[in-house]
Amino acid sequence: MKKNRLFENIVHSIFLILGLITVGCVLLITVYLIGSGIPAIKEIGLFNFLFGKEWASTAAEPKYGILPFILTSVYGTAGAILIGVPIGFFTAVYLSKVANKKVRAIIEAAVNLLAGIPSVVYGLVGMLVLVPAIREIFDVLDGASLLAAIIVLSIMILPNIIKVSITALDAVPKEYEDASLALGATPTETFFKVSVPAAKSGIAAAVVLGVGRAIGEAMAVMMVAGNVANMPSLFESVRFLTTAVASEMAYSSPGSLQRNALFSIALVLFLFIMLINATLNFFLKRDKEK
Amino acid sequence: MNNKREIYIGFMRGAMYVCTALTAALVLFLFGYVLINGIPNISWKLLSTKPSYLTQQIGILPDILNTVYIVLAALIIVLPLGVGAAIYLTEYAKNKKIVAMIEYAAETLSGIPSIIYGLVGMLLFSNNFGTSLLSGALTLVIMNLPTVMRTTQESLKTVPQSYREGAFGLGAGKWRVIRTVVLPGCVDGIITGCILSVGRILGESAALLFTAGFAHALNGIFTGLTSPGATLTVALYVYAKEEGEFGVAFAIAAILMLLTLLINLSAALVGKYYAKRRSV
Repeated sequence: MKKNRLFENIVHSIFLILGLITVGCVLLITVYLIGSGIPAIKEIGLFNFLFGKEWASTAAEPKYGILPFILTSVYGTAGAILIGVPIGFFTAVYLSKVANKKVRAIIEAAVNLLAGIPSVVYGLVGMLVLVPAIREIFDVLDGASLLAAIIVLSIMILPNIIKVSITALDAVPKEYEDASLALGATPTETFFKVSVPAAKSGIAAAVVLGVGRAIGEAMAVMMVAGNVANMPSLFESVRFLTTAVASEMAYSSPGSLQRNALFSIALVLFLFIMLINATLNFFLKRDKEK
Repeated sequence: MNNKREIYIGFMRGAMYVCTALTAALVLFLFGYVLINGIPNISWKLLSTKPSYLTQQIGILPDILNTVYIVLAALIIVLPLGVGAAIYLTEYAKNKKIVAMIEYAAETLSGIPSIIYGLVGMLLFSNNFGTSLLSGALTLVIMNLPTVMRTTQESLKTVPQSYREGAFGLGAGKWRVIRTVVLPGCVDGIITGCILSVGRILGESAALLFTAGFAHALNGIFTGLTSPGATLTVALYVYAKEEGEFGVAFAIAAILMLLTLLINLSAALVGKYYAKRRSV
């Protein structure tokens, strides 16, 4: 009997360790990012690093200001949200409230496919369809620009926004809608004036999730945004926080200030993401409490 | 009904139809465009050779094999970790704080962008194992841990409490109950987790660029793990962005799209199959 108990205790501890691995991973990532991100910030100076307007890491007199990347990431994400959220929102309301079962199943399957497409494929199509189209339509020298990145990102965040919003809208109690209909509101008015406000926490969570995905995307953006460290402008070639890291990582030499600065950029990106995660948790928790 | 109301209703209805149609059209366009441009470029020669500078031809066999190796290596490691964590959370954990901490950690992991995984993977693994498929696979293990954990957890919750009680009542120990009653009940969650992970690994590129590298060398299965290699997505990126070989890039993109289709289909089928079996 004693032997049995010992055995059960061992099994218990093994599972406890397995459970704690996720926590360990998060700690490890945080420690590594902070540890490798701090030295360059110290050397460059926090203010010069965050608010410097010029990035010239390979110049004779290198400059490491990442304001262009921060602003590009913020503008790019805001643009993607501006385009992607309305489209995703209306689609979600249609699928959750109006569409019949068959239509809903088909379009939901299509949305799942959209979520499964690898980001390099988005990048490839963007490179060959979107970039030339922007060059033609707006008559600019190079279509690889912030605008191209915004459009690609707005498509990439669609599935997240649609799926999370649908879950929230489906959870609205039928009685709310019935009451509104009984008072003489039309179905459309009921959906937008009763169901949507009732699901607003979930929809907010969907938007935040979209922000997180857009700000973290690297490869697709790298292929369509042109990758020059300009201050953001719609038709200018730009670099995001993610692409700033990705584009110079391969040729920066280990231990150099250039590489360390790249780690610092990653740290800034990580802080953005943690902030977004905290916001997301806030909305999800509020949804659960209701 | 007054005019303003009618306009509001008309606008909202219109917006719903237009947006839904737009979403559907986007999916159709993306798949149509990639498949039409890609499938004609897929040939047996492309699939079965490695790139050669002598004959100036490109083959993607190494990339296909690297992808398979990375998928297998990552799954073999992530499955026990993820399933174990899920079992701990649903079967063992009594302390609510620990549960909340683990779940928060899993949520954080799933929110971290892949480029950051790439960097951390480079620091953690590539500095020890070199730029290699193994480093890439280990990075992907961390990325997919939350996915496997969550799907397993979901299906563990559907195993009726009475099954466990019945087994305990017959005198089985905790481990025996888990092995014989609980684990068989969550097979669908594990399979779904596998399928979703495979999908994520197939589509991943940013996390692999700096951990597994972008060599097109043909690797053997065991020696391969310690040498660098590009997966299909990384190869697509290199061919499209660095080398301007759009034909090859489209061929790879078409293969990836078909695999995405297959993965979504099988995930849906697994879900349906088990839902049916459960309701009987």
